[in-house]
Amino acid sequence: MQGLKARALELLNDGTVSRVLGWKIGENTYDPEPAFFETAEAMEQFVYNNFCAANLSKYMIEASKLEGKTLVCLKPCDSYSFNQLLAEHRIDREKAYIIGVGCKGKLSIEKVKQSGLKGILSVTDTDPLKVETLYGDAEVAYKDAMLDRCHVCKGKEHVVYDELYGESEDTSDADRFEQVRAIEAMSPEEKFAFFQAELSKCIRCNACRNVCPACSCRKCVFDSNKFDSAQKANVDSFEEKMFHIIRAFHVAGRCTDCGECSRVCPQGIPLHLFNRKFIKDINALYGEYQAGADVDAKGPLTSFTTEDAEPGVVSQGGIV
Amino acid sequence: MSVNEEFRPKIVAFCCNWCSYAGADLAGSSRLAYPADVKIIRVPCSCRVNPMFILRAFEKGADGVILCGCHPGDCHYSTGNYYTRRRMTMLFSMLDFIGVENGRTRVEWVSAAEGVKFSTTMNDFVAKIRSLGKNVRLGDLRCKD
Ligand code: SF4
Ligand code: SF4
Ligand code: SF4
Ligand code: FES
Repeated sequence: MQGLKARALELLNDGTVSRVLGWKIGENTYDPEPAFFETAEAMEQFVYNNFCAANLSKYMIEASKLEGKTLVCLKPCDSYSFNQLLAEHRIDREKAYIIGVGCKGKLSIEKVKQSGLKGILSVTDTDPLKVETLYGDAEVAYKDAMLDRCHVCKGKEHVVYDELYGESEDTSDADRFEQVRAIEAMSPEEKFAFFQAELSKCIRCNACRNVCPACSCRKCVFDSNKFDSAQKANVDSFEEKMFHIIRAFHVAGRCTDCGECSRVCPQGIPLHLFNRKFIKDINALYGEYQAGADVDAKGPLTSFTTEDAEPGVVSQGGIV
Repeated sequence: MSVNEEFRPKIVAFCCNWCSYAGADLAGSSRLAYPADVKIIRVPCSCRVNPMFILRAFEKGADGVILCGCHPGDCHYSTGNYYTRRRMTMLFSMLDFIGVENGRTRVEWVSAAEGVKFSTTMNDFVAKIRSLGKNVRLGDLRCKD
C-alpha cells in the first residue's frame, strides 16, 4: 500500500495528474470510502487495503469533466466497468491515468458479522482476519469474509491500465450461475415466492442504481419530481412497482457483473441474480459475452443475427 | 388444469402497422372469428414495443400479452423485428425466471396476407390464457399489495 501511495503522490507532484481517485481511510479498517485527493496533504488519508471493495470507475464520469488527468485505481473487475463506460462514451480515456491495482479478493464486514461475531471493535485485513470484539478476540478465515462476487471472480487480468501495481491471487472457487440454475429448476409458484420474499424487503433507497456503473443515464426513469426518496417505498407508480426488473433490463447486455449492486444493498437483496440470469441467457443464445472485455464489441441487445432463436424457446423447454 | 368457462381474460396484442395489423384487418374482412378478449394496440413496428410496455400491460391487469410483427426479413424498417426478437426472448425468459407462467407471453410473426394465421393464433392464445387463469403475479413485483 505504501508503494501505491508513494507512486500516486509522485504522479500528483510531478503534474502528470491533477488528482487521485482512490479510497480514503475510514473510522475502521473495514470502512474505507471512495475519495478524490488533490494535495499531498490530503493524500495522507489515502488507503488501499483488502476492504477497498468500491468500484471507482463510475466516478470517472464526473472526473472526465474536470481539468487535467485523474489518477484512478482500478481492481481487475473495476477495469471491465471502466471499459464499458468507455464503450458507451460516458468517460474520456485521455482524462484517466489508470493504475491497475492487484487484488486478493475483497473483504466485507457483513460477512464477518455473518460468522456470528458481535460487538466488533476492530478487524484486520490479514489471513486469517483477527477480530477484536467486546467479548474477546476471534479469527475468521479470509475466504469466509470475502465478498460473494470474489468467489466467482472473472480473473485477475486488467483489461485496461497505464501501469500495474501489486500482487493478485486467484480467488474464484464457485460457479457463477449455480444460484440461477437452482431458481430455474423451481416451479413458477416457488420462483415467485422466492422473489416476493426478497423484493418486498426493498426500501427503495436507490443505492443499487447509484452505485451501478451501467446506470449512468443523466435522467433516470426512477427520478421523479412527484415524490421524493423518502416516499419511494410507498408509492405505487409503475416504475416503483417494477423497479428491480426494469433496472435489470436497462443494464442487460451492459452489466459487467461487477457485483456492486448486491454489495451495497442495505437489505441484502441478491440483485446479481437478475443480472446473471440475463448474462447466462445471452451466453447460451448469442454466444459468450463479457461486457467491458472489449471496447469495440457490439452489445448483444443492440445487435442480432438472422438466425437468432425465437422467443418461443422460453416456453419450449427454456434456454439451456 | 380446469377451464373456467366464466373467465374472460384480458389480452393485449401489440401489432405492427405494416404486417400484423393488416393481417388482423384481413381476418376481420374475411369474417374469421377471434375472441373479443383480445385488445389490439397498433404500433409502427414490433421494435417500438419497449419491454416495459409488456410489464405495464400486466401491471394494468392483462392476463396475457402477445406481440405480432412482420416475419423476420420482412420488417418495413428492414431490421426492427430482429431486435424485437432478442429483446423479447430476454424479457420472456426473465418473466419465467421470476415465476410468471411463460404461456402468458408470446411473439408471433403474422404477415398482411395471413388473416387465417392471425385468427388461429389469437384463438389459440386466448385458450391458453383461459387455461392459465387470471394473472395475479405481476401487479406489483415488490408484492406490497
Ligand atoms: S439497494 Fe436494495 S433496498 Fe436499495 S433500492 Fe436497491 S434493491 Fe432496494
Ligand atoms: S447491475 Fe450490478 S453487477 Fe451489473 S454493472 Fe451494475 S452494479 Fe455492477
Ligand atoms: S435505471 Fe435505467 S434509466 Fe435509471 S440510470 Fe439505470 S439504466 Fe438509466
Ligand atoms: S414493421 Fe412489422 S415488425 Fe417492423
